[in-house]
Amino acid sequence: MTDILMPALSPTMEEGTLSKWLIKVGDEISAGQVIAEIETDKATMEVEAVDEGKVEAILVDAGTEGVKVNTPIARLEGGASASPATVQAALEAAVAPAAEPVAAAAAVPKPEVRDPEFPEGTPMVKITVRDALRDAMAEEMRRDDAVFLMGEEVAQYQGAYKVSRGLLEEFGDRRVIDTPITEMGFAGIGSGAAMAGLKPIIEFMTFNFAMQAIDHIINSSAKTLYMSGGQIKSSIVFRGPNGAAARVAAQHSQDYSAWYANVPGLKVLAPYDAADAKGLLKAAIRDPNPVVFLEHEMMYGNEFEIPDVEDFVLPIGKAKIQRAGKDVTITAHSRMVGFALKAAEQLAAEGIDVEVINLRTLRPLDTATIIASVKKTNRLVTVEEGWGPCGIGAEVAARVVAEAFDDLDAPPLRVHQEDVPMPYAANLEAMVVPSVEKIVKAVKAVTYR
Amino acid sequence: MARAAKASDSGKKLSNVSKDELLKYYREMVLIRRFEERAGQLYGMGLIGGFCHLYIGQEAVAVGMEAASKDGDQVITGYRDHGHMLAAGMDPKAVMAELTGRAGGSSKGKGGSMHMFDIATGFYGGHGIVGAQVSLGTGLAFSDYYRQNGNVSFTYFGDGAANQGQVYESFNMAQLWKLPVVYVIENNEYAMGTSLARASATVNLSQRGASFGIPGETVDGMDVFAVKDAAERAAEHARSGKGPYILEMKTYRYRGHSMSDPAKYRSKEEVEEVKTTRDPIDHIKTMLQQAGVAEDEIKAIDADVKAIVLEAVEFAQTSPEPDPSELFTDIYTEA
Repeated sequence: MTDILMPALSPTMEEGTLSKWLIKVGDEISAGQVIAEIETDKATMEVEAVDEGKVEAILVDAGTEGVKVNTPIARLEGGASASPATVQAALEAAVAPAAEPVAAAAAVPKPEVRDPEFPEGTPMVKITVRDALRDAMAEEMRRDDAVFLMGEEVAQYQGAYKVSRGLLEEFGDRRVIDTPITEMGFAGIGSGAAMAGLKPIIEFMTFNFAMQAIDHIINSSAKTLYMSGGQIKSSIVFRGPNGAAARVAAQHSQDYSAWYANVPGLKVLAPYDAADAKGLLKAAIRDPNPVVFLEHEMMYGNEFEIPDVEDFVLPIGKAKIQRAGKDVTITAHSRMVGFALKAAEQLAAEGIDVEVINLRTLRPLDTATIIASVKKTNRLVTVEEGWGPCGIGAEVAARVVAEAFDDLDAPPLRVHQEDVPMPYAANLEAMVVPSVEKIVKAVKAVTYR
Repeated sequence: MARAAKASDSGKKLSNVSKDELLKYYREMVLIRRFEERAGQLYGMGLIGGFCHLYIGQEAVAVGMEAASKDGDQVITGYRDHGHMLAAGMDPKAVMAELTGRAGGSSKGKGGSMHMFDIATGFYGGHGIVGAQVSLGTGLAFSDYYRQNGNVSFTYFGDGAANQGQVYESFNMAQLWKLPVVYVIENNEYAMGTSLARASATVNLSQRGASFGIPGETVDGMDVFAVKDAAERAAEHARSGKGPYILEMKTYRYRGHSMSDPAKYRSKEEVEEVKTTRDPIDHIKTMLQQAGVAEDEIKAIDADVKAIVLEAVEFAQTSPEPDPSELFTDIYTEA
């Protein structure tokens, strides 16, 4: 015999009214047949039979109110369904309290991440950030046929900012692909290709346009490994210029660092100089996870020295002490690292010795390097181009307060974009973005000078 | 193999339908229906949570399409995905256990009804964002094109998703690059509670690719052989390098949009009419009878399917909940 139970018809239903029976004792019923109508607080719903058999008894009369979910409402003869006992056991299992959550996997010690070391006298070469990015892509494309570049104007036009110059010539149009202006579409195509095992580099002309595609970056790429129980890997890089450009106003000047750094499943990198650009982009392309790679338009033309070695790769998750100091720690990323270094020079002349940390990776954030620095300097200023609320600086400050509270000699201060959309007028724009002066002022404030 | 039925009632030319083929499709469709009925029951018992979208009524689409696919082809769909997974050959136990959120589920209990995957059978989800799977499926086709492996991506979406912008972004690129993708629009007439006519300026969805030059046809999605015939034409087109193809499947879902939808936006008579005159399983059952297949043979399949489904139900209830340590796994792949 098989009991028919009062079903839950919504995630929140606990009881309902059995308003009508459509069967009677002695009826032969089949799977899928509508047997009753049930009224919940929201609607009247039909109930279908799952088992076939002859109705032996109606256990709850039509019109009965307040019938609890899982109450037997009718009984069938014969049938070989899940017995009520099994059902009960299963229900108990379902409501059993969950065991205490275990500590985060992050608690498992991991080998320390280190920058590669180069012997004294390693030759250096001068290169722009733009060319360093290009070289990184070219080297990885030579190394692995699964790597390809896709985006607007990346091929024939050689890149809207000329970052992909020469790649079409070397790799052809199978691997360097011009797309229509269709961010959501090609971000989705890239995400799907990554699920199938390719290693796309998806270039956004700027990250402002990636807002049209952010669903694929987060819902399709960042979450799929988890949702699939580890089956579907997404080795994909979303890259392009991020942050403020010059005089392009609100819709073309936004720093998305905090947006992406908020999302588990993504790795988020923000290079400052040419070495970061090359070493981190190569690492990003090789990484088996989705990586958001935030470049800066106003850094593309800047030249830096990088070690002239084969296969220069930097570790993801490792910040760099860009300038050592003992009085104040400044954290910064991307173009703001340069601002922080300039501020540090000015402050040195006034006798304040600033340590500048180039964060490089925003997720996973290298908390250890930041905490070690603050334990030494006892003071923290964070700098970012984005808005302050819920920003990268807010996250750094929260971690420092949580892990080095007793080492702080002053409340941490944040330097960031003013809390307004980017204005167009030159004077207003200059007021909105972080400046060397604002950083100097913040450092003086935390040192009480 | 004995040559058996011709689909006399549908008037389709089915000169080469074997009895074995009939029995195979019958079994696959009945498996989906019985599985979904049980899923509905487990939902009613509180063993399945959240959203649960049943495929009952649409079985001929997934089964007929699968009949035209080859090893290596990919399948991707939206949130009404249980039927496609079973048709693709995924283990009913792993699917049902995912529905109950257990460790034995295909995503270890971390995905649920709308997020299941199985690389072994070429099933790439299971996507909860309406329309997202269209760009992703086009990306799967891009990978086939890039590798020149001769595979095809079968990308399913509903009449509701057919109005999403990214569908047309994908159509454009798929045709521009001649990607091997078959777009299968499962037109079950309702996007949740909104009928096609209330949401779409044009209701012939097979022609939604016309402005990109993508061929399309409307298919009786309640007739597994009509589906299979169309699927073969479409797959051949895509596989031979001619680019995408659109199949609009006229189908119907018997249940509400999800378990908590009483479906008040359509009449009982409308549902009853479809169930009694267009049911895809009744259709093939008639063909089996016409082919002279003994009732006992059909009953044996029914019993077999019931046992498979009950085994899945049992597994889905006895498989343990995921270990708490699983909370922090599968967020990143170790580099």
